[in-house]
Amino acid sequence: MLDWWLPENVSTYGRDIDWLFHLIYAITGVTAILVFGAMLIFLVMYRDRPGRRARYTHGNTTLEIVWTVVPALILVILTFLSVPAWSKIKMQAPPPSDFAVQVTAKQFNWQVTYAGPDGKFGTDDDKTLLDEMHVPVNKVVHVHLRSQDVIHSFFVPQFRMKQDAVPGREIVQWFEATKTGKYELPCAELCGFGHSGMRGWIYVHTPDEYAKWAAENLTAQAAGSEQKQADETKPAASAAKTGGKAKR
Amino acid sequence: MSATTATAHAHVAHEHHEQGFVRTYVFSTDHKMIARQFLFLGLLMMIVGGLLALIVRWQLAWPETPIPGMAHIFTETSPPGIIQPPQYNMAFTMHATIMIFFVIMPILAGAFGNFCIPLMIGARDMAFPFLNMLSFWVTGTAGVIMLSGFFVDGGHAAAGWTSYAPLSAVPEYTGVNWGQNIWCISLFIMGIGSMMGSINYITTIINMRAPGMRLFRMPLVVWSLFITAILLLLALPVLTSGVAMLLFDRTLGTSWFKPSGGGEPLLWQHLFWYFGHPEVYILILPAMGIASEILPVFSRKPIFGYHAMAFSMIGIAFLSWIVYGHHMFVSGMNPRLGMAFTVSTMIIAVPSAIKTFNWLGTLWGGRIQFKVPMLFALGFVSMFVIGGLSGIFMASTPVDIYIQDTYFIVAHIHYVVFGGSIFGAFAAIYFWFPKMFGRMLNPLLGHLHFWGTLIFFNWVFFPMHIIGVGGQMRRIYNPMQYEFLQHQQHWNVFMTYGALCLGAVQLLFVINFFWSLFAGRKAPMNPWNSTTLEWTAPSPPPHLNWGATVPTVYRGPYEYSDPEAAEDFLPQNQPPARVGARAH
Repeated sequence: MLDWWLPENVSTYGRDIDWLFHLIYAITGVTAILVFGAMLIFLVMYRDRPGRRARYTHGNTTLEIVWTVVPALILVILTFLSVPAWSKIKMQAPPPSDFAVQVTAKQFNWQVTYAGPDGKFGTDDDKTLLDEMHVPVNKVVHVHLRSQDVIHSFFVPQFRMKQDAVPGREIVQWFEATKTGKYELPCAELCGFGHSGMRGWIYVHTPDEYAKWAAENLTAQAAGSEQKQADETKPAASAAKTGGKAKR
Repeated sequence: MSATTATAHAHVAHEHHEQGFVRTYVFSTDHKMIARQFLFLGLLMMIVGGLLALIVRWQLAWPETPIPGMAHIFTETSPPGIIQPPQYNMAFTMHATIMIFFVIMPILAGAFGNFCIPLMIGARDMAFPFLNMLSFWVTGTAGVIMLSGFFVDGGHAAAGWTSYAPLSAVPEYTGVNWGQNIWCISLFIMGIGSMMGSINYITTIINMRAPGMRLFRMPLVVWSLFITAILLLLALPVLTSGVAMLLFDRTLGTSWFKPSGGGEPLLWQHLFWYFGHPEVYILILPAMGIASEILPVFSRKPIFGYHAMAFSMIGIAFLSWIVYGHHMFVSGMNPRLGMAFTVSTMIIAVPSAIKTFNWLGTLWGGRIQFKVPMLFALGFVSMFVIGGLSGIFMASTPVDIYIQDTYFIVAHIHYVVFGGSIFGAFAAIYFWFPKMFGRMLNPLLGHLHFWGTLIFFNWVFFPMHIIGVGGQMRRIYNPMQYEFLQHQQHWNVFMTYGALCLGAVQLLFVINFFWSLFAGRKAPMNPWNSTTLEWTAPSPPPHLNWGATVPTVYRGPYEYSDPEAAEDFLPQNQPPARVGARAH
C-alpha cells in the first residue's frame, strides 16, 4: 500500500488530505485492476489461432453511454468530496489566531520573523531567525509568506502543507501541528543553484517549552544580541500589512 | 504555393527524376522526405535528451560522485567528473526542453504528421510543399540554436523547462546569461516552424482529401493529427509571445514578469500553462491516433466506437483550454479559481476513459497478432492508463497540495509522455517503417526492444510514485541533504540501475533501425494487410505517391473481418463488389 510511504501526518488538516489520498488510491487501484485484468483476459482469449475469425462489430451505443456516464459520475463525486478540505485549507480565511509569523524567502534561506512584544511586524522589536521556526503545539499558526527574489515554495511534508512564496505579494497560510517535534521545511520550487539544500526546521514545542523559548529569544533583551540579517528582511512593501490572503 | 492541384502535379511528375541530390535529400518539398528529416532530427535529439537524463539519474543515485566519462566535461571538481548544482539544473532543464520540443513534437507531429496525412487521405502532397520544407528547416535551425546554448559562457538555461519567472527573467538569479536567452530565441523560432506545419496540416486535411474521403471516413490518426494541428496553431503563439516577453525582460529592461518593475510573476505561469496544457495533448493525441490505427489492424477488427473516438478527441481539444490552472493550485492563484479548474480537470479525464474502454472493446473478440507495432500500441494503452489514473490524484486540489512539485508529478508526466507519446512513436516507427523506407525492421530485435523498454521503463518510473509520496521534491540536486528523504534513497539507486538498462536497450533499436534501413528484407506494398490508403502506394511511395490517379474511397478505414468479404480486410479504395456492400 502506498500509505506506507507517506510521512507521518502531524497537522489537523493533514488527515483530510490523507483521507482523500487513500480514497483516490482505492478508486484508481480498483480501476487499474479491472482494466488490466480485462486487457490480459482479452489478449489471451482472443489471441490469433488458426480458424478463428474476429467478431465484426463497429461498437455499441449502450456501452458507450455507460462508460461515459459512470466515470463522469465518479469524478464529479470526487470533485465534491475535494471541496471541503480545499475550502478549509486555502479558500476560507484562516481560523482566527493570535499567533502569526512572517516568513520571507530568499535565495536560499527562510527568514522567519516574530513580531516581538508589540505584536506588530515591521517595528524595531521584530526578531528574525534564519531557517528555523518555533511554534507551540495545538495552536493555529498564521504564516505570512513573502519572497524577496524568486518564487520559492513553503513545504512541510508532515503538515501536508505547501504554498508558493511569490515576490511582490503576501500570502497568508495556516497550520496547526498536533505533535511536538522537529520537522524539515524544504523549498519545493526550483529557486536557483542553491535550491537543493534550501531547508529550514520547524520546532513544535509544548506550550510551556514554547513560552520558555520565547522568553529567552523573543524579548526585547534578546532582540539585537544575536539578530541575524534582520536588516535585509524588510521588503520594500509596507511590512505591517496582515490583510486577506493572496492579496498584494 | 496553392497551385498544387492534381493537374499541376501531373506536370511536375515528369520532371521529378531530374532533381539533384540537394533537392531530393536536403531542400526537398516532398512530404515523405520531410517526414524522414523530422524523424532523424527527433531521433538524434533523443540521444542528447536521453544522455542528459542519465546524468541526472546518476547524480540522484550516487550524489556527488564522478560520472563515468564526464571527467573532461566537469573539470572544476576534484576528482573531476562530478556534476555541480548549476550544471545539474541545466541538465534536467535541457532534458525536458529537448525531449518535449525537439523529440516528441518532431517525431509525432513532424514526421508522422507529414508522412501520414497526405498518404492516408489520398493527397499527392501537402497543400503548401514549400512552406512544409521551410517548416522543417526552421525547426532544425531552432534545434541547432538550442544545442548551441551548451557552449556559451555561464551554461545553458537552468530554470526548469517551465522557466518560471522571475528566476528565468533576471540573469543574476541563476547565473545563466546567454543560455536562457538562447532558450527563448530557439523556442521562438521553433514556434514559427510549428505554425507553418500546423497551417499546412489543417489546409491539407480540409481541402485535399481524395474523392469519397469524407471527414468521418478518415483514419483516426488523421483525426488526431488534425486536432493536434489546430491545438498547435492556437497554443504555440502563446508560448512564442511568452518567450519573447521573457527575452525582453532579460535583455531590453521590460518588466512583464519582474515585480521590482511592477510586473507579475504569475503572468508567466498563466501564459506558459495556457500553452502548456494543450501542449500535453499535442504530445499525446497523435499517439492516441497511432494506437487507434494499429490496434484494429492487429486485432483484425474494426475500431470499437469510431465516432466516440473522434468526438472524444474533439472533446479533449476543447477542454484542454480550460484545465491549465491545475498546474498552479499552490502558486498563489486565487483558490476559488483553483476550484473551477478542479471541475474541468476531472471532466477531461472522461474522454480519456472513453478512449481506453474503446481500445479494450477493439481487442474484445479480435484475432490478436502480437507483432512489434501491436506490442508497442498495447504498451501505450497500458502505460497511458497508469499515467491517466495518477493524474486524478493531482486533479483533487487538497491532495495536490501535498504532491505538487514532488516526484509523483515526475512519475505522472513520464507515464504520459514516455509511456504514452514515446511508446506511440515507437509503435508508429515499427508500423510505418516499411512504407517509409521500403524495408522491414527485424522482428526479433523489435521484440527484445519492446520487452526491454517496457520492463525498464516501469523499473525506472514506477518507484517515482513511491518516493514522491514519501515527499521527495523534484529538481533537487541531492536528496541526501534532507533527513526525511534519506530512508528512501535506495529507491533512487534502484531507479538509476533501471535507467542505465533502459538506455542500453535503446541500442537494440538503433542497430535495428540502421541495419534494416540498408539490409532489411524488402517490404511488400501492404505488409500488415491493412485497409488504409497509404498501403495502396508502393513501398516506399514515389514522388506524388500514386501513379496516374489518386485512389477513390468507398468505405471507412477499419473494415476488418467483414463476413461478406472474401479476405479479412477490405481496403478503403476497393470498389464495392456487389449490391449491398456496406456504405459505412
